[in-house]
Amino acid sequence: MSLVYAGVCSHAPGITGRIDRVTPEVRTQVAEGYARMRDEIEALKVDALIVIAAEHFANFFFNNMPVFAVGMADQYHGPIEDPDWLKIERTPVPGNADLSRRLITELMKTIDVAVCEEWQFDHGIMVPVHLLTPRYDVPIIPMNLNCQAPPLTPLARAWTFGEELRRACDALPERIALVGTGGISHWPATPDSGKINWDWDRKFMDEWTRNDKAAMLGYTDEQIYAEAGQGGFEIRTFISVAAAAGGKGNVHLCTPVPPVAVSVTVASMDIV
Amino acid sequence: MSLYQVQKFLFELNRSTTFQERYRQDFESLLADFELTPDEQRALRDEDIGLLYVLGVNGQILMHYAAFLGVEWTDYLNRMRKGVGIHGPVRAGVYAMTTDRNVVP
Repeated sequence: MSLVYAGVCSHAPGITGRIDRVTPEVRTQVAEGYARMRDEIEALKVDALIVIAAEHFANFFFNNMPVFAVGMADQYHGPIEDPDWLKIERTPVPGNADLSRRLITELMKTIDVAVCEEWQFDHGIMVPVHLLTPRYDVPIIPMNLNCQAPPLTPLARAWTFGEELRRACDALPERIALVGTGGISHWPATPDSGKINWDWDRKFMDEWTRNDKAAMLGYTDEQIYAEAGQGGFEIRTFISVAAAAGGKGNVHLCTPVPPVAVSVTVASMDIV
Repeated sequence: MSLYQVQKFLFELNRSTTFQERYRQDFESLLADFELTPDEQRALRDEDIGLLYVLGVNGQILMHYAAFLGVEWTDYLNRMRKGVGIHGPVRAGVYAMTTDRNVVP
């Protein structure tokens, strides 16, 4: 046994940067949602936390966009964004190069990954890491799926990545937590920011909670773009976690919060 | 190819403190390192978020750029919306505006 926790959460920069624009009730809900996940992970005394992210051009550009990428460093840095904007101070974040190397070695038996000895975290990793490990005392292993630059990592490949990641984790003795981070429907960084398709979100989260592989892999990128916006492409991270965990999901929080541009979601999944 | 160059300029700006120093101290020579059309040069020189949005700069790159410039969030959204009003629909990429330009979601 090695994978001891699996979950997903939102990473919208507004969750830290613009949380003052939401009502105190919603702010409390959001804080409690992340606190619950933080407590769950802390209680398991994990050796590392894998974050499967949807990187936003902090490291990878159109000249060289990996389908899958894995960090392999003892230290990372973030956020790249203006700290006052994100309301997260720039900080080193611990990694574990040795564990990364062994995970990558296992993964590469079946999956081609880009290996990254340098990785700057943008809000997509910094928001969850800041909220889930506020003392920055848990080694982070960043991973990325291409959710930004079409042609994107296919959904079915995101599933396969999750399955193979599970195999890789289970081949190692460390206790590893896994969190996928992304949005459901949203139109971030556009003038439509704040638009949310709540019906779509509920449908997808129902599919995710039931771990309905066929339903989750049944979307086309054209459908996602039309109904859930370009932010919806990030469901890839949720799909990988579902494949890795194999069980049913438990939604701690899923509520539309237009000022932060997404249905803020925190959920765990049973590992079977 | 040119949009690629605009985005590359902003990508480097967003992630590199060295690049940010050059941006502040030697902007014109920095600009000369990229193959840009006069319109693109003007958009970067004027920090014209509305035009850069319409040209098709990826929203995430543009958002980080706006944060670097210290543009307040609502102002940033309005600048993009205004850009569409002046220059027309977004010309490339996957960050097009889907709502009426006069309606704020």
